[in-house]
Amino acid sequence: MELSGAKILVESLKREGVEYIFGLNGGAAMPIFDALYGETGVKLIPMRHEQGCSHAADGYARATGNVGVALATSGPGATNLVTGIATAYMDSIPMVAITGQVFTHYIGSDAFQECDVIGVTRPICKHSYLIQSSDEVADVVAEAFHIAKTGKPGPVIIDIAKDIQMHETLFRYPETVNIRSYKPQVDGDPGLVSQAAALIKNAKRPIIYAGGGVVLANASEELRQLTLKTGIPITVTLMGLGAFPETHPLAMEMPGMHGSCCANYAFTDADLVIAVGARFDDRVTGDLSKFAPNAKKIHIDIDPSCIGKNVPIDVPIVGDAKNVLTALNKQVSTANIDPWRAQIQEWKQKYPFEYEQKSDKVMPQYVIEQIYEHYSDAIVVGDVGQHQMWAAQYFKFTEPRQWLNSGGLGTMGFSLPAAIGAQLGCPDKTVVNINGDGSYIMTIQELVPAITLKLPLKIFIINNMYLGMVRQWQELFHGKRYSAVDYHDNPDFALLAQAFGATGIRVEHTEDVRPALQKAKGITDGPVVIDFIVDEEENVFPMVPAGAGLGDVVRGLS
Amino acid sequence: MNPEERHIFSVLVENRFGVLARVAGLFSGRGFNIDSLNVAETHDKSISQITLVTHGDAQIIEQIYQHLNRLIDVIEVTDLSTGTHVERELVLIKIGAKPHERAEILQVAEVFRARVVDVTTTSLALEITGDEGKLKAAIEVFDSYGILELARTGKIAMMRGFDS
Ligand SMILES: Cc1cc2nc3c(=O)[nH]c(=O)nc-3n(C[C@H](O)[C@H](O)[C@H](O)COP(=O)(O)OP(=O)(O)OC[C@H]3O[C@@H](n4cnc5c(N)ncnc54)[C@H](O)[C@@H]3O)c2cc1C
Ligand SMILES: Cc1ncc(C[n+]2csc(CCOP(=O)(O)OP(=O)(O)O)c2C)c(N)n1
Ligand SMILES: [Mg+2]
Repeated sequence: MELSGAKILVESLKREGVEYIFGLNGGAAMPIFDALYGETGVKLIPMRHEQGCSHAADGYARATGNVGVALATSGPGATNLVTGIATAYMDSIPMVAITGQVFTHYIGSDAFQECDVIGVTRPICKHSYLIQSSDEVADVVAEAFHIAKTGKPGPVIIDIAKDIQMHETLFRYPETVNIRSYKPQVDGDPGLVSQAAALIKNAKRPIIYAGGGVVLANASEELRQLTLKTGIPITVTLMGLGAFPETHPLAMEMPGMHGSCCANYAFTDADLVIAVGARFDDRVTGDLSKFAPNAKKIHIDIDPSCIGKNVPIDVPIVGDAKNVLTALNKQVSTANIDPWRAQIQEWKQKYPFEYEQKSDKVMPQYVIEQIYEHYSDAIVVGDVGQHQMWAAQYFKFTEPRQWLNSGGLGTMGFSLPAAIGAQLGCPDKTVVNINGDGSYIMTIQELVPAITLKLPLKIFIINNMYLGMVRQWQELFHGKRYSAVDYHDNPDFALLAQAFGATGIRVEHTEDVRPALQKAKGITDGPVVIDFIVDEEENVFPMVPAGAGLGDVVRGLS
Repeated sequence: MNPEERHIFSVLVENRFGVLARVAGLFSGRGFNIDSLNVAETHDKSISQITLVTHGDAQIIEQIYQHLNRLIDVIEVTDLSTGTHVERELVLIKIGAKPHERAEILQVAEVFRARVVDVTTTSLALEITGDEGKLKAAIEVFDSYGILELARTGKIAMMRGFDS
């Protein structure tokens, strides 16, 4: 059957099981959008900005584990996708971004809306394809999806010129993909797994340090088994939250810069660190010379280039977390570490996340606690800043893929479009968006598709009238010189929501927090925006100051 | 700082456009150094070989190796410096040479087993093949006659013996 390149593209996406494409139309992509017109097998979701397309595709992928798909035109459409592609790349999220390109014979001529997308995205994607003929389309799509979702996942770019979209050729979808130069290693070396088991057996002060890789590998069950079978205390990074239930007695909660004192002290005193799908990020380790100085280190990761990058590793195990943990779990038993567990419990009880009611204003942490009480089962999509850290600290995540946020790139504006993707991917779940006043306005335009699609998003703005995270650093390290962080000129977000066509509620008093959250529960035919006006100068603690070791974490409260 | 070492990588890649940019981008984006680079098709037209000379401490070399391997189009990476290997480079040198100087230059050329590839009334062009030490010595000597132009291929290398 002869089909146009654009039709082949759409048919190929259907073969890959794609449900949604987040797109914004334009000249060089028009044949693709035309092929999607009236299409029911795969649904086109029009967004209001291409950054929204890539973040929505990303949010869909994080929530479901499937590959998210974004679509934009050439030039400015493609460059607008870039932030979302980089965001997905840093957090290893499977995504395929499709960009229209100018006619083949114009490429390289500075044609109207031409941009070397392959060049621009080279360092921020797992792989990319400039399609050279309509005969390649089906094979490229199959390869792109294979690469995006296997091994260490990541975004793959497909750039396709307009004439190739229009040219007709035979459609045949490949049954299998075989890339001779790409064979990710999924099974861990058995010898090394045994070495790991031996270290675990003999450790006196072991901890498990799990990260986003456990979520990506769908290995939470295996992680739980390892933890419960051995009884070893566990800390989970910002990217892994929910991979192990934070409500469990062995959970030490998040480590690192704004993590729990317990987890940071545990790293400092541990004699064994078992890292699973975590990449020893500087936000977690603090000063490397003081990081887990007495501990042997086991590192399980699918990406060999992540092992030993920041911290020397004693037992490096390259493989998929699910496979490696399954093998490891067969060789471990209860660890004989009662004194260590007692020490952990003492730290946990002595240094919980806590805050003071500093003024008669609503405290931001209180809002998060109440959101948790009202929506403990929801998927929570956080943005970037203080509110993100408070959400990580005060919401107790119990399931993988329950907490979605941009950890690696820290992209403000991520959360609202990502929440749209998450809600479409998980229609039976409640999706809560915890946003900041600065972050929200960066992608506020995506409220429009959320309303059009009647998505019952709960959009909660922790409004401190500041770029709070930056203001905190200015307060602590720049002598309170509040340069370019004052957001008292914010619009009234409740009124603005109403102007968009959503429900908008403004909350200024502590006693109104619960009723507002309760009311939001009842709104199911579209998004509700609650603007929580909170204490303006509250800071995030605990905090490991830049350059300090984890043992020097500043608790904030006496 | 750990001691810096010089390493030669042989990188087999898919013979597609854009692959070299990915390899080069990996170096520029991470602040790794490329001292010499050579790219050419192998006997299998679908595969190109990149020979790359770089330097860094052991940790950087390990990172370079891992990151090269991580590129989707890279089929195989070999760090030739870990075994015994042969290493060659070809250089073309054009020297200002009046007719009366020619004999002396040709004598020197003989010592380096250089071949004459062009002669004019005012210049002489030579082709020299060798490893790094030999080429360095040759260039130094010919520079005393005045080098007008110099072009080199970048190193190519392979492991000695047979290794499946
Ligand atoms: C304002 C701000 C503050 C922050 N503060 C903190 C903080 O206090 N604490 C904190 O923890 N983070 C914090 N972060 C996040 C931090 O920047 C990093 O994003 C995060 O620590 C990285 O998480 P991770 O180590 O789990 O790795 P991820 O980025 O989730 O990477 C996953 C790892 O797993 C591997 N992997 C992927 N797939 C598999 C598989 N199938 N099997 C095995 N391995 C796999 C990957 O190769 C990679 O090494 C903060 C971010 C922001 C924006
Ligand atoms: C796109 C982008 N620009 C700038 C930053 C730097 N930055 C990190 S946190 C932050 C403040 C976020 O403000 P807001 O959304 O109001 O959250 P708050 O910290 O006040 O809770 C800024 C500007 C960033 N992370 N992303
Ligand atoms: Mg703010």
